[in-house]
Amino acid sequence: MSTQPDLLYSEEEEALRAAVRDLLTDHCAPADVIVRTESDAPHDLALWKSLAEGMGLAGLLVPEAQGGQGATHREVAVVLEELGRAVAPVPYLTSAVVATEALLACADEELLTRLASGRTIGVLAVGLHTAPGAALKPVRLEDGALHGELTGIADAAAADVLLVPADDGGLYAVAAGAVTITEQVSLDLTRPLATVTLDGATGRRIGDAEPAVRRALRAAVGLLASEQLGVAEWVLTETVRYLKERKQFNRPVGGFQALKHRLAQLWLEVVNLRAAARDAADALASGEDADVRVAVAQAYAAPVAVHAAEEALQLHAGIGMTWEHPIHLHLKRAKADSIAFGTAGAHREALAGLVDLQAP
Amino acid sequence: MTDAEELRSRTRELLAAHPPATTDRLDFLRARFDAGLAWVHYPQGLGGLGAPRALQAVVDAELEAADAPDNDPRRIGIGLGMAAPTVLRYGTEEQKRRYLRPLWTGEEVWCQLFSEPGAGSDLAALGTRAVREGEDWVVNGQKVWTSSAHLARWAILIARTDPDVPKHQGITYFICDMTDPGVEVRPLRQITGEAEFNEVFLTGVRIPDSRRLGEVGDGWRVAQTTLNNERVAIGGMRLPREGGMIGPVAKTWRERPELRTHDLHQRLLKLWVEAEVSRLTAERLRQQLVAGQPGPEGAGMKLAFARLNQEISGLEVELRGEEGLLYDDWTMRRPELVDFTGRDAGYRYLRSKGNSIEGGTSEILLNIVAERVLGLPAEPRTDKDVAWKDLAR
Repeated sequence: MSTQPDLLYSEEEEALRAAVRDLLTDHCAPADVIVRTESDAPHDLALWKSLAEGMGLAGLLVPEAQGGQGATHREVAVVLEELGRAVAPVPYLTSAVVATEALLACADEELLTRLASGRTIGVLAVGLHTAPGAALKPVRLEDGALHGELTGIADAAAADVLLVPADDGGLYAVAAGAVTITEQVSLDLTRPLATVTLDGATGRRIGDAEPAVRRALRAAVGLLASEQLGVAEWVLTETVRYLKERKQFNRPVGGFQALKHRLAQLWLEVVNLRAAARDAADALASGEDADVRVAVAQAYAAPVAVHAAEEALQLHAGIGMTWEHPIHLHLKRAKADSIAFGTAGAHREALAGLVDLQAP
Repeated sequence: MTDAEELRSRTRELLAAHPPATTDRLDFLRARFDAGLAWVHYPQGLGGLGAPRALQAVVDAELEAADAPDNDPRRIGIGLGMAAPTVLRYGTEEQKRRYLRPLWTGEEVWCQLFSEPGAGSDLAALGTRAVREGEDWVVNGQKVWTSSAHLARWAILIARTDPDVPKHQGITYFICDMTDPGVEVRPLRQITGEAEFNEVFLTGVRIPDSRRLGEVGDGWRVAQTTLNNERVAIGGMRLPREGGMIGPVAKTWRERPELRTHDLHQRLLKLWVEAEVSRLTAERLRQQLVAGQPGPEGAGMKLAFARLNQEISGLEVELRGEEGLLYDDWTMRRPELVDFTGRDAGYRYLRSKGNSIEGGTSEILLNIVAERVLGLPAEPRTDKDVAWKDLAR
């Protein structure tokens, strides 16, 4: 590689982290997130408003000329780490990253400006499980209207506009009011999925679907690692804290070597995940060798985040199995993230081609 | 404050005064030391200029471009990585002047007389005795796992000087002359067939008090400097992608399609990803050190490398199938340095078994991470207030 990646956080990024964490500490307590998951409004739109309109974070990836911040994936990664820690029920990854990247590929200034402001929430109508190289499931275009049913669309319930790939190869912007959105019962309560039914909906063709979706999903794959880092870091920190307090056999449970070694091992995995996630964010920002670096990060991140959440649950024992303790939110997010935008196995397969380690 | 520009011009002056092409290797290294360009963060007069450690890279790049000889740092790793920082921190002015220059130029090789048959992970339980007789200390005992003892002129040695106090308190740190009567070095053959390290028997060895490092009874604290530096050493390395143990396996995979199976492919890809991520973690640690924000990540790096080296080399033996049943050479040899990726897959597999033992076992390192990084309660200590002589053995 010609240049070394910058794997550290800048002072500005640390300041951004502190601001986001403060906001989430005040407005996204775990108990409130649990209550919200059972309400009619799974998304916290007030929190979204504070993040997007108050702090301008929805437009981080959007150039200043279109009303954005002109920042890079490195800053977005820091925001996602914090949102992951809090398993915040906001459509940040879906609107400010995935839909925004698709619009950047299409150079649709009007929609970009609206998404950057945060007053419009956009969602790419591609199933959450879809890997960047996978075949798309488009809807039919007949007589200028769109027909079809799409499942597993994350955050569709909060969307104002959907970006829909059609069978003519185009990507169409469709107003949410023109389609039927039916919520599915999702494993991850904080990133709900929905079925989107288009029954003769009209949309505006904004560009070619294939390059836009590929770009959007690649950014999603790379930046999801930062969300997973946030999830893993939070569960590790909480578990260490709990095991210093919880006593059995007249000793803090965290003093038993069998458990100390498991936590130390987990710490090591989180340290590795941080380096991998930073490298992926840096790769997306610079564009250098991005396919490999993004795939490496996601092949590593998903198993680590799931392992961290599973270990956290086991080490919290009985209390970890309860609905009132937030660990289940993190486990559900980690497990859903391990399927989102392609499994670790899919990313390893992609790597095999990219780094010349061919299958038999 | 010495900056990069000044170091660059000092390096060019050195090269102009002692052109590498026409200067004797040792003369060049001595001149480099005297110019303060050996380890720039060391003090003036001791091979350095009191400059920031990160600026060494500026000097090294200039010298490499000029094809200047280096001091073969891999061959003298124990001296550079462990003895030197300890002498610098605890030595008298006279000791620093005597030992550091020939140590750095490689004229005098160092070894480390720490571990004993009964004191490995529990190093402070060591039983080698040093008894004061006039101006000398008389040392008796046995050390083990001593790399380079057969090549070394000097050793850093810890020995018990007071058996009546708890084990950490009665230890003193010495510099031992390996050519003295009573020092006997015996090769210790390993599972690879090589004798890379030794047993060292110390019988009535007389060490003058002037070769003591630090106060009498303060040897454990002095040894911490040595041991901390041993574990830091790994952070400085900068590897390209596939630069470590994964390189030879990936090469074999590419060149030998007939060996490929689906199971091996899955395992190879998983390890390839882990090796790449470990490399990134090491790079991140290095960047933190350069930026003056050292993180605790170093504590875990050795753990990660040990496990990866073992898994990757084990995979390669399997990948080679019929060839994996063979070994390149069982001849008893005494290598001057250990090349982990050299020789064949079987050697790499066997040698890497030591990676989770040497320099602190993985189990001990996990305890260190749990206690010092995560702040979890320490292991219960039943020997803390017991005199060394009263401990069960």
